[in-house]
Amino acid sequence: MRRHGRATPYLFLAPYLLLFLLFVVGPAIFGLWMSLHDWDFQLPGKPFVGLQNYQDLFDPLSATAEPFWHGMRATGIFTVASVPFLVAVPLGLAVLLNRKFPGRTFFRAVYFAPYVLGVAVIGLMFRYILDTTFGILNAFLGVFGIPQIGWTTEQPWAFVALVAVTVWWTAGFNAIIYLAGLQDIPAEQYEAAELDGASTWQQFRHVTLPGLRPVSVFIVVITLLASANMFGQALLITQGGPGDTTKTALMVITETGFSQFRMGQAAAMSYLLALCLAIVALVCFRLMKERES
Amino acid sequence: MNTINRRLMLGGLGALGAAGVLAGCGSGSAGKPGAGPAAGDGGAKGYDGPAVELDFWNGFTGGDGPFMRRLVDQFNAENQNIKVKMTVMQWADYYTKLPTAVSSGRGPAVAIMHVDSLATNAARNVIEPLDDVAKALELKQEDFAEVVWKAGEYNGKRYGIPLDVHPLGFFYNKTLMSQAGLDPAKPPATADEYLAALEALKGKGIQGHWATPFPFTGVLTVQALLWQFGGELFNTESSKATWGEEPGVKALTWFTELVKKGYSPKNVAQDADAIALQNGKNAFNWNGIWNINTLKEKKGLEWGVAPLPNIGGTKAAWAGSHQFCLPKLKTPDQNKSTAARVFVNYVSQKSLEWAKGGQVPARKQVRESADFKALTDQAALATQIDDLHFPPPVPGIGDALGELNKAVNEAVLLKAEPAKALADAAARADKILEANRKKYGA
Repeated sequence: MRRHGRATPYLFLAPYLLLFLLFVVGPAIFGLWMSLHDWDFQLPGKPFVGLQNYQDLFDPLSATAEPFWHGMRATGIFTVASVPFLVAVPLGLAVLLNRKFPGRTFFRAVYFAPYVLGVAVIGLMFRYILDTTFGILNAFLGVFGIPQIGWTTEQPWAFVALVAVTVWWTAGFNAIIYLAGLQDIPAEQYEAAELDGASTWQQFRHVTLPGLRPVSVFIVVITLLASANMFGQALLITQGGPGDTTKTALMVITETGFSQFRMGQAAAMSYLLALCLAIVALVCFRLMKERES
Repeated sequence: MNTINRRLMLGGLGALGAAGVLAGCGSGSAGKPGAGPAAGDGGAKGYDGPAVELDFWNGFTGGDGPFMRRLVDQFNAENQNIKVKMTVMQWADYYTKLPTAVSSGRGPAVAIMHVDSLATNAARNVIEPLDDVAKALELKQEDFAEVVWKAGEYNGKRYGIPLDVHPLGFFYNKTLMSQAGLDPAKPPATADEYLAALEALKGKGIQGHWATPFPFTGVLTVQALLWQFGGELFNTESSKATWGEEPGVKALTWFTELVKKGYSPKNVAQDADAIALQNGKNAFNWNGIWNINTLKEKKGLEWGVAPLPNIGGTKAAWAGSHQFCLPKLKTPDQNKSTAARVFVNYVSQKSLEWAKGGQVPARKQVRESADFKALTDQAALATQIDDLHFPPPVPGIGDALGELNKAVNEAVLLKAEPAKALADAAARADKILEANRKKYGA
């Protein structure tokens, strides 16, 4: 084998590394710097305030603390409510779509289809579907004598609606990843299990699930992060309402940074959110790892 | 669609596309005024310099867009050496894009802004004063309604040339009124008449005034009521929110009672009030003047529009206003500055054409012309001109108003008592006002 120069691997990495430094590391460091200032890029004065922006987030009397923690609460509720469904429903779908039946490719496409729609499309569409008085959903439920439900204006229905819409919208993506994982499980394992007299459920429990473990870790973590970054659905469908109950942390950060132009405060919020997500992700990895060993 | 744009803007919801990395947006230096105030005649004498291209930004994505485009085309045809290129985007995007564009030197030469955004953008060095244009156009306060004219000023300087006023109006479904035995030619005009009409409608099983918890149209209605009850949104120094005082509480209580007394369904969703009026389910809707063109397109719908009924004792209505402004140019360009002023001058004089897009012209002379009076619907709402209110010209005032939106939302959804919701929101708004005073050094 030909030996390569010492720089070769780095040269191969360079194109991506450049983008990574320019668009991820650079802005991240700059954001940290920003969060220590009262920052508005349009104003000549950007006074250095030290950790004030962070302290304010823990001072209930400040202008930023209440919106931020309400946002964190909304994000937390949505994440806890949506992740189990976003992990379980696609698994079921993937198992079904992995079987051999006529029209399988068609159904695979159908379940993946919503994922290709933009958030603006699904947001607007569901605002019509979920409308309290004219929505097709309430009209349908009315047939069974169920009174009108304020899907976008009442709790807990607003969260139910947001979770359901998100599951419908993104389940196909997770299902595809599961499907790839399922196809990696050797058929011999199922044959062996069958010879040993394992029922379908036992095969699922003892062959499919362990075989999917690496894929599952990946899915749980990216789904957690995606749910914690929920933005468009709440912005378009509930507009953060009723009250500010579905105004997620990202919506609060966007509003603080880009509509009130308090970019220092918004950057501080972003870092706190990022820290929380990093902790959650680490805990998640640790848990999965322990179960493995 | 029109209402959606305005709503996104006013609701202070921030930009849709702004979810990107926050830090990535901080580049660019402070928007130091590149161009000094363009000297000369403010555009009154025309422009005879070399050919120049002007970017003109606005958020007229709705039915008003084509009317503005027509004016731009006319201007381009008549002015060979100036080419105006109009770019339209959603208002919400526009208000985040414009400052960034200006600070990186890619801003437009002319732009439209809502009156309540002028102070913020003036304080943030996004737009420059245009007193010279006002002087050149010989614009005086007498030419405009006082409130519209004053609203274009900040710190003693003029930043906006009023193009139009868009007040809230009282839209009603004539068919439903007839069904309830009401005279569609005589819409209710006082508190007693209004409640009697709602009661008559209720007798026929019609919920007469759908109350929405959203800025469009719920918060606008509550603001109008607050002024009618003699209140103000802020104290004179704009250092405290005063909507928690008696007039505000009366206003919000009156509005939530529409729901409690069954004149409105509970949990009305976004835009459902306006749609219900078109579908013959809702009789009354206090909505923006931009609704006129939407309703006109509905074939077979019998509707009318009148000034807001006087519920609180003082005539008052919410309104917005589109104003021309000149974004700062990073590299001074005398030709562009002059040409931009010529353009503003031109369109300002054509505001009758613009009125056809569903607005009230800001200029008194146009408003009182026979041609405008022939636009009967717009003219009906124009009679409110002296009773209109705007938020005070204070930078970041919209941040504080966002709290009022929350209070109205909670109260109309019957999740909080009006007085408590308003008081809590006012306390939060006070903090924002304080932070803003510090930030903008007022």
